[in-house]
Amino acid sequence: MSTTIAVVLFVAVTAYALFGGADFGAGFWDLIAGGAKRGERPREVIDHSIGPVWEANHVWLIFVFVVLWTGFPDAYASITLTLFVPLTLAAFGIVLRGSSFAFRKTVFRTRDRRNFGAAFAISSVLVPYCFGTVAGAVASGRVPAGGVAGDPWTSWVNPTSVLGGVLAVVVAAYLAAVYLVCDARRISDPSMAAYFRVRAEVAAVVAGLVAIPGIFILRSDARYLFDGLTSRALPLVIASAICGTASLFLLRRGTADRYARAFSMAAVVSVVVGWGVAQWPYILPTSLKVSAAAAPSGTLNALLVATIGAVVIVLPGFILLYVLDQRSLLPGEGVTTPAEAEQPA
Amino acid sequence: MSGTVLSGVVQPIFAVNPVPWARAQMAFTLAFHIILVPLGVSWAAMALIANYRGVKHNDTEAMKLAQRWSKYMAVTFAVGAVTGTVLTFEFGLLWPRFMGQWGEAFGVPFAFEGLFFFTEAIFIAIYIYGWRRLKPWTHFWTGVPVVLTGILGSVSVVAANAWMNSPSGFTLDSNGNVTKVDPMKVIFNDAMPLMAAHMVMAAYIVGGFLVASVYAAGMLRGRRDRYHRVGFIIAFSVAAVATPIQMGVGDSLARWTYNNQPIKFAAIELVPQTASDVPETLFGHLNSDGTVSGGIPIPGLASWLSDPTDGTATVIQGLDTVPADQRPTTSQVNTVHLSWDIMVGLGTMLFLLSAWYWLCWIFKRRMPKSRAFLTLAAGAGVASVVTMEAGWVVSEVGRQPWIVYNLMKVEDAATGNTGVWITFLLVVALYIGLGITTVLILRKMSKRARDGDVSEDQVPYGPNGPPPPTPEREPVTVS
Repeated sequence: MSTTIAVVLFVAVTAYALFGGADFGAGFWDLIAGGAKRGERPREVIDHSIGPVWEANHVWLIFVFVVLWTGFPDAYASITLTLFVPLTLAAFGIVLRGSSFAFRKTVFRTRDRRNFGAAFAISSVLVPYCFGTVAGAVASGRVPAGGVAGDPWTSWVNPTSVLGGVLAVVVAAYLAAVYLVCDARRISDPSMAAYFRVRAEVAAVVAGLVAIPGIFILRSDARYLFDGLTSRALPLVIASAICGTASLFLLRRGTADRYARAFSMAAVVSVVVGWGVAQWPYILPTSLKVSAAAAPSGTLNALLVATIGAVVIVLPGFILLYVLDQRSLLPGEGVTTPAEAEQPA
Repeated sequence: MSGTVLSGVVQPIFAVNPVPWARAQMAFTLAFHIILVPLGVSWAAMALIANYRGVKHNDTEAMKLAQRWSKYMAVTFAVGAVTGTVLTFEFGLLWPRFMGQWGEAFGVPFAFEGLFFFTEAIFIAIYIYGWRRLKPWTHFWTGVPVVLTGILGSVSVVAANAWMNSPSGFTLDSNGNVTKVDPMKVIFNDAMPLMAAHMVMAAYIVGGFLVASVYAAGMLRGRRDRYHRVGFIIAFSVAAVATPIQMGVGDSLARWTYNNQPIKFAAIELVPQTASDVPETLFGHLNSDGTVSGGIPIPGLASWLSDPTDGTATVIQGLDTVPADQRPTTSQVNTVHLSWDIMVGLGTMLFLLSAWYWLCWIFKRRMPKSRAFLTLAAGAGVASVVTMEAGWVVSEVGRQPWIVYNLMKVEDAATGNTGVWITFLLVVALYIGLGITTVLILRKMSKRARDGDVSEDQVPYGPNGPPPPTPEREPVTVS
């Protein structure tokens, strides 16, 4: 039973990486899109792309927290006690990001838009970085079990955490760029499609370049994770590399966007799942096992019911939202597609 | 904690007792979030009422209201969503020992809250962004889940809070660890039905009065067109329906507290020693020596209200029946009592205002139009927020020093991180900025709408997707 809930937890983490991650990545591209004039069109495409879906994307995080604190309260207490600083930074980032994204769309003056846009974009980088360091801290065994705090600083300022943070930002950027290529093609904007395709390729290459020294970092700094990644989780690591490469190849061909996006998602899914498999059976390597951390069975049953509820109620809604969004039935405000622009107002 | 150089330097500066700061931060962020909750819960319902009128009766003003409200809602919902997310961080960051000890029970309602909030976030996005391209009735129905999940979500959160007041549904071993959990008993704990009803009603009252107050202010400035009238009537009616219900719910909840949380009740009614024939003291305060001074006592009323069947002979348990470390401090008692007076006082005034409104409808078949009424209605928004905040203070401060009633104290629940005072100051600065910006943005949006912003007013209702080009206004077909 505790295994089932641990799987649910990891599914939620993966979903957050896929959907929330792409959102953060979009913020990253917004950040480096350049001045008001040059960056105008990319920012429009980004707004258009994440406008209707960002809030739903971030509920995955709440789900992760809820499953963690209800299903594995001891682990949650240890994580929050130890990683007070990066989690606080992430919380601040989330406030800034969400509110300034909502505000930016409602103001028209360039100066206001720039300020809100900057807050949105900077926090889009800060938040995934912090979460990456948290993942690194957990995976490298720096969060002790038993409700005692680990080191408040070195727990997240260490080689594995920095690797986790940088990878989180880069992978999010890669994922977002792939999605944005598809979105740009959907609104028939070939120049923007090309713009984001180049960025997807750069991000993928950077991710690869970060991952290679990462192997050696993990070998010396997070031995349990490293052993897992190079043994039972190895197929997933290889699958991730193959899927990532395949997505770039398909994007370049330009005829199979849907598959390119699917492969990019598969690449991220296999990395995140690989992390989970590598640190199994621990929730906090190597001091707390999933089975030992789990709440009583009554609680786990309730979580299972909530999960089934999520599959029955939330999933169809989530799919509906995405289908409507992909069919441009949720146009939002402010963005005109070329097709709409031709229409008499 | 650690021997690293960095920590060694930083520790002494940070070494401040985290408990009061954690308390302050939680209180502040919750006090902020609770203002946005009513808008998230009830505004969608009001927008749907307007939307229904708009589609069914081809009422252009109502339709315009629904569209604008949904735009404002997008802003308040976003701010509510992020401030709510912060709370999920804070449970762990500020109260890790509470979560570690009780998470398996306390967390259960949140699993369902997550479910409802997720659904709400999905459908509110569809509703807000779907005006232009979805068919009118399809679009209307995408708003309905928002209303339902808003109610269910707040019920779930309050269930968790109610559990802190009335913990049940678990078994403890000899070390005090939770060994068995009965999720149904956790969620449907004793305090939950009344507390949840009280909060949902509060959400409709505050949301209604807040929105109505904007239109009342507009009417006072001479904008007495139909648009303002319809906006006012929809919002004010919602609040004015909920207010009388709330009087009944609140009264039942007070009696529940009398029976189940006697010390909280003693703080509310300012009762230092157990007695019968207890007066209802308006204002006044408790002194540290256990005497009450000041205030206007109404003889026997507190006893009578606690149990009308026994009348003024009803005995009310005093604060001194439990040791000092198991009841609120003197200043906390005074805070609870004052907040109670504010809640009941303002609540009664809002009830009278609602009565005025309904009597006018009954006798004159129209809403009251006098300046006096509109002035009061314009103030009702802020007044209802103050009322709700006061009620929340009664509930939370009245539970002190317990975080889980009679089982765990707040001071034993807090984090050991001594830097909380810094995060508190940062949170206050960030939230003040956030609050001011939200208000400014909403005002700006409303001003823009009033000045006749072309891009907004030309948003036609219904499908006008690129292929095929459709006329400006689709004839609304009613089935």
